Amino acid sequence: MIEGQLLPELNEFTEPFHEFASRGELRIQKCESCGVLRMPPRPMCPACGSTSFVWQLMSGRGRVWSYVVAHPPLLPAYAELAPYVVAIVELEEDPLIRLCGNLVFDSTGPINEVQASDVTIAQEVTAVFPPADDGFVLPAWQITGATQPT
Amino acid sequence: MKDQTAVAGIGSTDFAKSLEPSERDLALEAISAAVDDAGLHPSEVDGMACYSMEATEEVDIARNMGFGDVTWFSKVPYGGGAGCGVVGQAAMAVAAGQCSVAVAWRSRKRGARSSRPWAGVSDRVSGDQQMWTRPYGLLRPVDEIAMLTRRYMHSYGATRDHLANVALAARRHANNNPAAVMADRTMTREDYMDSRMISEPLCLFDNCLETDGACAVVITSADRARTLRNPTVLIHAWAQSLPSQHQTMTNFFCEDPLRGPAWSCAKKLWSLSDAGPADVDVAQLYDAFSPLVLLSLEGYGFCERGDAGEFTDDGGIEVGGRLPVNTSGGGMSEAYLHGFNLITEAVKQVRGESTNQVEDVEFSLCTSGEGVPTGAILFRGER
Ligand SMILES: [Zn+2]
Repeated sequence: MIEGQLLPELNEFTEPFHEFASRGELRIQKCESCGVLRMPPRPMCPACGSTSFVWQLMSGRGRVWSYVVAHPPLLPAYAELAPYVVAIVELEEDPLIRLCGNLVFDSTGPINEVQASDVTIAQEVTAVFPPADDGFVLPAWQITGATQPT
Repeated sequence: MKDQTAVAGIGSTDFAKSLEPSERDLALEAISAAVDDAGLHPSEVDGMACYSMEATEEVDIARNMGFGDVTWFSKVPYGGGAGCGVVGQAAMAVAAGQCSVAVAWRSRKRGARSSRPWAGVSDRVSGDQQMWTRPYGLLRPVDEIAMLTRRYMHSYGATRDHLANVALAARRHANNNPAAVMADRTMTREDYMDSRMISEPLCLFDNCLETDGACAVVITSADRARTLRNPTVLIHAWAQSLPSQHQTMTNFFCEDPLRGPAWSCAKKLWSLSDAGPADVDVAQLYDAFSPLVLLSLEGYGFCERGDAGEFTDDGGIEVGGRLPVNTSGGGMSEAYLHGFNLITEAVKQVRGESTNQVEDVEFSLCTSGEGVPTGAILFRGER
């Protein structure tokens, strides 16, 4: 948990995503008509125009697509934890579905637990669900397996 | 509208880390200079175009400047992506007969730390651009571009030395431009490598400056421009683009995030032009961050995908190199005005007035922000 962490505004898309995350589930919006997954979630399917959708359960397994190591100047809450790694992770089910998140060794570890030297692109990771402020659960990515060639 | 319109005048204020006058006063100074430079009277101005992020207001500018009846005005969104669209749309309005003399301007005060938008966010973030990234500490534009940069380096073998080439080229050009904020500050490769990291793989010198200043241009018909005092700088072709499934700045969700707006904008630009990349004599490529120059070199077709790093080696983007880029010092070493000083420099290169003048310029390219919905203009000198 980060004291003073930025949190997403709650709306018809962020609320269910974070509600599922609080139950330990990574769910991604899926078009009910054509079955295409989309991220970020939004009202209309760009593939078929349908506005009906479901929240599809994912395995939570993915690979690091890219990452940065943030250094100050940063907002005070984040500056205290710098340097820290932020990654974009592509999901096993569909590599075009990518999520941003912090990397951890332990599911409740701090966001600066993983050093830059611990990460490589294509590193295998698994979604974990540490609690944040105000009842939010922001998925993080636990370093699990080996690095697979891209 | 090919070759039907022209930039007849340009104007700038001083550029500095911090300037005393307000954004309005800076805008009035730059617009006055541009109208004077064109040899026109403010009462002849009947069109106005600016960025949607512009803090000055059309009615305020028009009343102070003494413009006549303005019959066309418009704004273009997406910050650093707007510049070429602002000028291009003004040219389109002239070509369409909605106005006859348009001014386009950008006035910006960003030297003060407190003025940076990411520093003043509330603790609830909204919008798809931020909601899925900022809570995790991907807070600043530099973090968002660093994410693409790491992937680019991984995919194509580009190195920090290639990014340094971009920063060093800009600085060397600025060292020869008295108007540049970094005119007197030299930089070595060691300075670059030793500078502090901001968002790895990007260091301090991969970032543009934060400065105060204003620039303006006057656009009129090519026929009218030929009767005025300056060499005629034709707007040969221009384009805007927001590619399919693009998301501004946090462009991590489309099929190929490294194939940004530059590619689709270039495709439109070259389709409207008699020239191609090989005909371009000098280019001002939007440089809020050094990797955007690499991506733009590829997007606009100056080299193959993945080869931009090598393209910058051995002075490749300095005056005398394969393609001189950002010859005023650009956003990284002259001033950062959301790319509008790149437009005035592109015009100067056609007029033969740059402090880093490329010989015998016919085609001078200017691009706006890569990584956001963008635009580009190909200026042409009359032979
Ligand atoms: Zn669909």
